[in-house]
Amino acid sequence: MGGSWSSARPTSTGTMLTSSVFTGLSWNPITDGRALFTFPFMQHALAAGTIVAVMAGVIGWFMVLRRQTFAGHTLSVTAFTGASAASLAGVPVLIGYFGICGAGALALAAAAGTRRNLSTESAATGSIGALALALGFLFVSLYHGVLNGLDSLLFGTFLGITSSQVLVLLVVAVAGIAVVGIAARPLLFASVDPDVARAGGVPVRLLGLGFLLVLGLSVAETSQITGALLVFALLVTPAATAQLLTPRPLLGVVLSVALALAVTWIGLALAYFSIYPVGFYITSLSFAAYLVARILA
Amino acid sequence: MTAVALEGAEARIGGTTIWRDVTVTVELGEFVAVLGPNGAGKSTLVRAILGLQPLAAGSASVLGRPPGAANDRIGYLPQRRSFDESTRIRGVDLVRLGLDGARWGLPIPGPRSRAAATRVDEVIALVGATAYAGKPIGELSGGEQQRLLIAQALARRPQLLLLDEPLDSLDLPNQAGVAALVRRICREEDVAVLLVAHDVNPIIGYLDSVIYVAGGTAVEGAPEDVVSAETLSALYGVPVDVLRASDGRLVVVGAPDLHGHHAH
Repeated sequence: MGGSWSSARPTSTGTMLTSSVFTGLSWNPITDGRALFTFPFMQHALAAGTIVAVMAGVIGWFMVLRRQTFAGHTLSVTAFTGASAASLAGVPVLIGYFGICGAGALALAAAAGTRRNLSTESAATGSIGALALALGFLFVSLYHGVLNGLDSLLFGTFLGITSSQVLVLLVVAVAGIAVVGIAARPLLFASVDPDVARAGGVPVRLLGLGFLLVLGLSVAETSQITGALLVFALLVTPAATAQLLTPRPLLGVVLSVALALAVTWIGLALAYFSIYPVGFYITSLSFAAYLVARILA
Repeated sequence: MTAVALEGAEARIGGTTIWRDVTVTVELGEFVAVLGPNGAGKSTLVRAILGLQPLAAGSASVLGRPPGAANDRIGYLPQRRSFDESTRIRGVDLVRLGLDGARWGLPIPGPRSRAAATRVDEVIALVGATAYAGKPIGELSGGEQQRLLIAQALARRPQLLLLDEPLDSLDLPNQAGVAALVRRICREEDVAVLLVAHDVNPIIGYLDSVIYVAGGTAVEGAPEDVVSAETLSALYGVPVDVLRASDGRLVVVGAPDLHGHHAH
């Protein structure tokens, strides 16, 4: 399972780690809490999860507002392609994630073009997604991949994260959030009211392209924790929940981040003390929060 | 200062002349409706004033500058905008975007931010939307949304308001209500208003003058003079009748465009 993170060749270290450190719950909160932070791999997982959750919470809020969840989904599928291509080529998977998500964002922007017809855009977006998924599957087949590799590429893992990978995640997240922070008001304007924004001198098209690139980066980050197929658990569900709960922009972003952090931390803890994958926990917790918000709202 | 002055203006899109020989003057504090059949070039006129549609001939001055150079003093409300239920942003946020939505960086709390919030409250009160400005925009009615959009266009104290079919989706009482509001803003804030409309009847009592775009050109004048059999016949080049219905509505009969813009 470590393979999806650190090197081209998945090994069984992940599985071995699990069996050697897995002690189960003692049901003593202090002992259990301390156990969570004892091992470096878990410290790295929590750090990476925190970084990813903050970025996904912020970028996801704008993505849901801009109704680009379909673009986000397509990018997450290309993330799988990038990671499997990198495995096949024997380069770090991280490069595959960021490279292909950047390229995917540009392809989506080109597909969207100047058209304003949403259905045309969706068809083009969907076509790109289908091609990406097929290519990814081809790469995995060519690689004679151990199923472990495919599993964690698609559904996520938290094992085998190194401190240098945490650093890369941090740098990308800080850069992405800074860009969105600087562009926050024009981006909000262009997202909800593009015609008036354009007349007011806001570079609407440029912002759209820039946002897709940042979205590509966040998808690449998020898919490393949740896997390519469960990116929505951190990128969409907390943001959608936050927008159900409040129409205030700032409060919405804060809520979105808080929810993403909560489900990531709890998900990681649950995965640590059990034998089930982290992606499952994060997705289920996000969905539960969304369901509660829907009932309340 | 004259808000809009076009002289002998001509607009062409893809080699086709939309209108020519258009000479109009709109002063500050005037409320002018832009009327005419579909496709006659009403929106093109608005775009020309914004500098988005270059003139093929003639001259234009907008707030004393060439078109496009004074857009920061123009409040613009484009055609057919409505927000569906899933738009989770408050009316007050939308109005605020009209004030400083084009600024980069995050708003820093302080006197400037407080002044901005005060101005937003002020324009929302001016359009009478205080009661519902805190609700998500998508949950509001068409008339309520339109009032907030007008507030958004007013946020930066423009000297010229360009409203492209703001009454389109509203029922008759709401059309008259918004027209009364626009007229009051005109007078109180000394703003020139160009309002593109489909049907002159609900608003005719509030107007200072009318620009009628048809037959490849446009004429300007007092509402009763322009919406008359004589003027419209000359404009369309065929005999046109303007009838007054028993309830006082004007009905244009015989115009080449069969959609009957004044016959709703």
